[in-house]
Amino acid sequence: MEMVRTEAIPNLNVFSETLQSLAEQDRDILVVTSDSRGSGKLVPFGVRFPEQIVEVGIAEQNLVGVSAGLASMGKKVFAVSPACFLTARSLEQIKNDVAYSDNPVKLIGISAGVSYGALGSTHHSLHDFAVLRAIHNMTIVAPCDNFETAEAIRQAAAMTSPVYIRFGKKGMPLLDRSLDPDFQIGKGRTIRAGDDLTFIGAGETVLPCETAANLLAEKYGIKCRVISLHTIKPLDEKLILAAAANDRPVITVEEHSVHGGLGEAVASLLFQQGCRNKFKIVGLPDEYTVSGSQTEIFDHYGISGEGLAHTALALLQIKT
Amino acid sequence: MTTRELKIKSVEYRKKILKYICNAGAGHTGGSLSIIDILNVLYNRVMNVSPDNFDDPGRDRYVQSKGHSVEALYVVLADKGFFPEEDLLTLCRYQSPYIGHPTRKVRGMEQNTGGLGHGLAICAGNALAAKKDGLPLRVYTVLGDGEMAEGSNWEALMMAAHYKLDNLCAVLDYNKQQITGANADVIGLEPIRKKIEAFGWAVCEVDGNDVEALTETLENLPIEQGKPSFVIAHTVKGKGISYMEGVLKWHHGVPSPGQYYAAINELDTAFQALTEEKIGV
Repeated sequence: MEMVRTEAIPNLNVFSETLQSLAEQDRDILVVTSDSRGSGKLVPFGVRFPEQIVEVGIAEQNLVGVSAGLASMGKKVFAVSPACFLTARSLEQIKNDVAYSDNPVKLIGISAGVSYGALGSTHHSLHDFAVLRAIHNMTIVAPCDNFETAEAIRQAAAMTSPVYIRFGKKGMPLLDRSLDPDFQIGKGRTIRAGDDLTFIGAGETVLPCETAANLLAEKYGIKCRVISLHTIKPLDEKLILAAAANDRPVITVEEHSVHGGLGEAVASLLFQQGCRNKFKIVGLPDEYTVSGSQTEIFDHYGISGEGLAHTALALLQIKT
Repeated sequence: MTTRELKIKSVEYRKKILKYICNAGAGHTGGSLSIIDILNVLYNRVMNVSPDNFDDPGRDRYVQSKGHSVEALYVVLADKGFFPEEDLLTLCRYQSPYIGHPTRKVRGMEQNTGGLGHGLAICAGNALAAKKDGLPLRVYTVLGDGEMAEGSNWEALMMAAHYKLDNLCAVLDYNKQQITGANADVIGLEPIRKKIEAFGWAVCEVDGNDVEALTETLENLPIEQGKPSFVIAHTVKGKGISYMEGVLKWHHGVPSPGQYYAAINELDTAFQALTEEKIGV
């Protein structure tokens, strides 16, 4: 099996480069920012395409409302703001002006999850999957690496319904594409095959799933399947049910509260389909989040190769 | 449409608003009666919007930010031929598209509104897109006075002035009341003119229940080149029905059958006066 590659470019940078290549070919591509062009790595975009960037200042409600108005006039609008503000401050605009009115805005939540680390909970988005899952007419995507990010942005540009895409700003190595070379919004991707246990991750948690799978294979000969479930909604039910069909344990891993996110979406599907696999949701617990960098926070809550290997061994009832 | 024809329309519209609200047993009566003259002038004199051009990207845009006065908008859209008027007999009924706030399920509606403080930002986006595409269209919204307390409006006011959106016009349906009471008692918005001017908009004030004055104002936009226009339309809540005018309970009060016929009598008298005036000329 191909090992995880080592180049580590942030998904954020790939987002910016992809948008520039799209904007070059399509003048209807617009980026709307809330004083977020620096944090969105969009300064080069603004220099190259000054007519295709709209600044609204630190006013996230207006960011989304204006984006809806632009989209309803036929513009392909990427509304870019830190995920924490975009999906909380402007939630009613997302619900009413984008989803309910069916204005196909592409909502881009940058520095998502705990990417901002020690800046604290004001800057964390551990609620975005949960709140957006409950809103009709919303697609939710969390790409895991540079490949998925570029593809998600390209496909979002062509979408005629609303979509939310969130990613972080840490360098992400490219994951193995040999099993599933293609990316399609709505279809999860199998990164690694294995029948002893399934890890289902999304966004920046797929990498620690891979690391855990490597550890478990090397130390214990345990073969894990790793799925990048980049689309949280609509859920790729077929892929999840196929992975659970052998009754082996399933572990979901997300950079999100354990409430209302990827894990509960998968659990709901499995339980209602009669699956009774051993099951564990790994994410941020319902507590005052520990301070530290994203990596330290991940480690603290077991979203790491070692932490996830430990969780897997416990589910498999293997003593270490 | 002449001023006298507009005046007659306003009376007819008021009768229909009451008819369909009474039939539904629900509605925002007072606000629909205060906004109706503004909608009358916009749709019958000012905007190039009709069922024939509703799919044309070059049409003017109207987004009703004070979505709760939807009954007035339904009546005008039906009159314009967007849908058969008798559809409004299903207003607020099970499975009817005609719900208590604007929805794009109804032809003629540009956006789904109802949450307050949303229309202006959407219109700013519409106006900015039109500028970018060189489309000569204009974008209109009507705001409620109560909803001026929403912070999102002030975000949009800042942004529209920054981008010099002089193709955007916001009309304030300033009937001075909201559900709890007088604006001044709930949360004062005065001096509203100075506030809006300070945000970089051109402002004018007009009698918002006078179709002639509204026509004069709305046909001569922008108020000032390079600035978005804000029209403070002084209106009366419950306008046209003597026992409703300025009386708070008609915010969403529904007339009893007796009250309904009394109101229709008043409007018929007004109608008669206008038509006799027409014959006289």
